[in-house]
Amino acid sequence: MLKRHVAIIGGGISGLEAARVLSKSGHEITIFDAGEKLGGHVAQWDLLFPNMRKSSEILTALLNQLPKSIHILSKTTIKNIERFNGYYVIHSDRVENVLADAVLFAGGFDTFDAQRKEEYGYGIYDNVITSIELENKIKDHRFITAQGTKPKRVAMIHCVGSRDEKVCNNYCSRVCCVTAVKQAIEIKKTSPETEVFCFYMDLRMFGRHFEELYREAQEKYGIQFIRGRLSEASEAQDKTIIVKAEDTLLGKPLKMNVDLMVLMVGMELSKALVPLVEKMQLEVGDDRFIMPLDEQLYPNQTKKEGVFVAGTCTGPKNIPETLNDARSAAVSIMSYFDQLSNKN
Amino acid sequence: MKVEGKRRLWQDYQKEVAEDKFFYVRSCIRQTFFPGSERAFIKIIGTELGKEINEDPAHTSCTGIGYHTDIVPFETTQTVVARQFSLMTEAGLENYVPSCITSFGLYTEILETWEHFPLIEEQIRENLYKATQRTFNKPKNLAHASDVIFKFRHEIAAKAKHKLIDVHTGRPLRVVEHIGCHYSKMFPHKGIGGAEYPYVLAGMVEAWGGEVIDYPERRHCCGFGFRQYLVQANRGYSIACSQKKFESMQPYEPDMIITNCPGCPMFLDRWQYVIGEMEKVAYGPNGQMIPVFTYEEVAGLVLGYDPWELGLQMHQVNCEPVLDKMGVQYDPELKYKGSKGEFLGVPAIPEFLKCC
Repeated sequence: MLKRHVAIIGGGISGLEAARVLSKSGHEITIFDAGEKLGGHVAQWDLLFPNMRKSSEILTALLNQLPKSIHILSKTTIKNIERFNGYYVIHSDRVENVLADAVLFAGGFDTFDAQRKEEYGYGIYDNVITSIELENKIKDHRFITAQGTKPKRVAMIHCVGSRDEKVCNNYCSRVCCVTAVKQAIEIKKTSPETEVFCFYMDLRMFGRHFEELYREAQEKYGIQFIRGRLSEASEAQDKTIIVKAEDTLLGKPLKMNVDLMVLMVGMELSKALVPLVEKMQLEVGDDRFIMPLDEQLYPNQTKKEGVFVAGTCTGPKNIPETLNDARSAAVSIMSYFDQLSNKN
Repeated sequence: MKVEGKRRLWQDYQKEVAEDKFFYVRSCIRQTFFPGSERAFIKIIGTELGKEINEDPAHTSCTGIGYHTDIVPFETTQTVVARQFSLMTEAGLENYVPSCITSFGLYTEILETWEHFPLIEEQIRENLYKATQRTFNKPKNLAHASDVIFKFRHEIAAKAKHKLIDVHTGRPLRVVEHIGCHYSKMFPHKGIGGAEYPYVLAGMVEAWGGEVIDYPERRHCCGFGFRQYLVQANRGYSIACSQKKFESMQPYEPDMIITNCPGCPMFLDRWQYVIGEMEKVAYGPNGQMIPVFTYEEVAGLVLGYDPWELGLQMHQVNCEPVLDKMGVQYDPELKYKGSKGEFLGVPAIPEFLKCC
């Protein structure tokens, strides 16, 4: 078998898993990552749904399985990727260019910038935070308000930047519902006396054990789920947040004060990837994620020969889906290399 | 509250406002409600700042109230507005400045409609020509009159005789700013500062030395909202809207309210009296009410205009507490005298509420 070189853009879990599979098959791998450490978003997370497993366990396992032969270029920004003589030339902010037989876009999402939902007051009101910030608060045992008090009431707002025409994101980010349930349970474990209210449109508990977690949240922890989208939030004089919504099951408007409001931010294609995607003329969907060659049959190929996609650059995914997608992308790349060898 | 967060948002909602040569169109109702405001605007822009400001007595209502109450069809409204634009065109001007917020919202809506549906614009041009033989150019710049004052707020501050500062204590006056719903709630990018945290009035207050109060119900309608008021049976809802706002702002102890809509100062001013007398409640200190002003009146006070020339005696809520804090000199004897010295009559003293 001819040894080929694959450039993987992104050192998150999809990049790591694809690198492992491809490397095991004898191919040379270079991972490009803008961050200092590998692991992407998972590295910044604490506990995972639905089993409350430490995210570091997943990451450690992936990193431990990574062969030493893999070239890792961290803190590296790719400026351009050009096709040259059957290869891809990767120009980065490093001195040397890298030549590759195939390019894999692995992962690449940003969490939604909550400031764009102006009516929720993120970045303006002291006690409005994102789900990312809540994760860190709980991890660091700092589950307190901006004033340093323990929150008596918390509102968790689902679908922030997802399923929302106003911010041009009609798609569902898929993981936010179950993340809210997971984080609500963590709040109750950390502070049993805190009341937690989840404001949702639909609860999309699609994965294995997700529904069970949702039931546990209600039955064991007394977390309250209110079907209604938030209309606005305001800051009261005592720095609590006044939330207004409609309880669409009761058909009544609702207004309450909470000490902390958590915005469950969705996913968008990483802004850092956009210029590269545009330069390479990769097709994007109306959700602005990269379009594969065929969503059902060839979900990891693109219209550009030798350019592949895996993970969240083609849309929101959870961890098992991302890892499976990475493995699938690795198989697609190997199949592509076989075709190249047969041609020659 | 992180003010820097608001400032970051305000960056996204900047708006171009013309420098000079304005075609000004008055409101149907403001001259009745607050008769000195539009006159003050013309004086500030024309005399004080030396800009060219033109009017045409042939201009009519934009039909806004009729349109929003489903009495006037949209095609008719557009044709009437097209005629207003023809008056501007005939005057050789292109910077259109309506005094009324509802008009501003309606003009914006019509221009947006024409941009997205050019065939409708063609139809309206044809309607206007058939009816009046007129043609028109669309405004090069459409700005509400409060946008214009906002643009020149620092020039006004430079000429200030008084500031929004309590002369006795040196404390900035605490000001509730309330924008009309039709200013930016329909088209956030057409309003300075957007819809959620509008800056048009807040910027004036800041520039003139005051401090803006952010209170929970700041977004809520003043209570005018046409269907709440024009349908007589709904007036309880109208007054409830105003009450909700007053109760929300009261704990912040505002010195005054500033508005940029024809209806808002009217309702925040008049309903305050009504609620006070009905419910025996005062939202200001010592059994008094919270004075309500238009932005032109505030600009006029800052520039040292006589409060009675500004028409402040026409307010239901007495403005004297704010005048005293700002150090504005006034003659109480002249309060209820007209421009020719004639006696205008004195309103009845409220039963519960305290006047000066």
